Amino acid sequence: MIKVRNVTKKIDNLEVLKGVDLSIEKGQVISVIGPSGSGKTTLLRCMNYLTVADTGEMEFDGVSYDMAKTSKKDIEAIRKKTGFVFQSYNLFLNKTALENVTEGLIVARKMSKDKAKEIAMSALRKVGMEDRTNHYPSQLSGGQQQRVAIARALALNPEIIYFDEPTSALDPELIGEVNNVIKELANEKMTMIIVTHEMNFARSVSDKIMFMDEGRVIEEGTPDEIFNHPKEKRVKEFLEAIIRS
Amino acid sequence: MEHAVEIFVSSFTRILIPGILVSIPLTLISFFFALVIAVIVAMIRYANIKVLSEICKFYVWVIRGTPLLVQLFFMYYGLPKIGVFWSSPFICAVVVFALNEGAYASETIRGALNSVPDGQIEAGYCVGMNFVQIMLRIVLPQALRAAVPALMNGLIGMVKDTSLASNITVTEMLFQTKTIITTTYEPFILYIEVALIYLIFSTVLSRVQVIVEKKMNAQVGKAS
Repeated sequence: MIKVRNVTKKIDNLEVLKGVDLSIEKGQVISVIGPSGSGKTTLLRCMNYLTVADTGEMEFDGVSYDMAKTSKKDIEAIRKKTGFVFQSYNLFLNKTALENVTEGLIVARKMSKDKAKEIAMSALRKVGMEDRTNHYPSQLSGGQQQRVAIARALALNPEIIYFDEPTSALDPELIGEVNNVIKELANEKMTMIIVTHEMNFARSVSDKIMFMDEGRVIEEGTPDEIFNHPKEKRVKEFLEAIIRS
Repeated sequence: MEHAVEIFVSSFTRILIPGILVSIPLTLISFFFALVIAVIVAMIRYANIKVLSEICKFYVWVIRGTPLLVQLFFMYYGLPKIGVFWSSPFICAVVVFALNEGAYASETIRGALNSVPDGQIEAGYCVGMNFVQIMLRIVLPQALRAAVPALMNGLIGMVKDTSLASNITVTEMLFQTKTIITTTYEPFILYIEVALIYLIFSTVLSRVQVIVEKKMNAQVGKAS
């Protein structure tokens, strides 16, 4: 469904991405793991043009784009097919949970308020937030905010959802509720790329694991291959360090 | 002393009426236009629109760098020399106060715009909104809420600054007070009296500020 090739990005003279390839099929779940600063988040951001890559090609549903100079119109078209869930939720703080979900439907998709509300309610039900629809973000816990953020992405009926460390900002006891929602989406064959630091979650939810370090993909394979029989020394060291901690 | 009390009482409504009919409308009308100017200037500078942004910077620089009284004199007595006439001193005062407060308030609002986390802008793009939609629906409402205390400071400051308009023959409270002094020779009592009325106006506005802040906090679900 999506193929990206040779993505590079320099930020302040630091090569954050040094030529990354990634391909994902419809219905697949890929988790991107690796140490902090390895470029995982930047890769995801480049794929949704929140950061513009220096070089790279993207093929999305058979159409090719030069990632360094994609037109505004094409970016809009790509974003229309993608959802994005941020580490820090990024809910609109002046909108209620329901309004957060309807906002894009009404303002960007020009949907009627009633129709938008109907779709939003079903998305909020899916993430178990139907009884908090009139709460403002400041009145919700981190886990609840992140579930609303997932509903906001879901409501737009995307072909793929990118998750950028969706549980990294959460208290440990709140991680489960968010992970359960993502797992349920995986069961329903939602296509997803998940950047995460949680190895157990990545192992249980993913079809494919990509290990990144210093702007490169070091190794990729099934969860079994990566977690039980890693080939690369760097991957072994990383996983051992995590187990020890 | 009895004489003084008598003057105080008899002058009270004579000063209060131009306060209500001139000072307050001058303040509110000027402040409304100041806010309009401030939001536009702040948005242009926030979005860093070429050329316009430079013009706005220049405007803020000039206004903040020159005395308000000089601006009033220039506009009212200076401009007619090059053929610009005012139909009334009141309108001239509105223009000067709006331009002056607009420059200060634009910096307040620009700061408030910058305080809204970037993440919400990115989230807006991700749900398909464009920059203008994100600004008007997400960023600006939050920025204005954050800016209320500082903006109200400006409003209260402006009530007092309207007294400067007496210098360009606007018949506001201070103008009236001076007129009364020329016949009663009681500057001690009358200046206290006019100061007291300004104090009342400012106090009322401070209360309004509390109400506005409460209302705006309710809009993001926060108790104030």
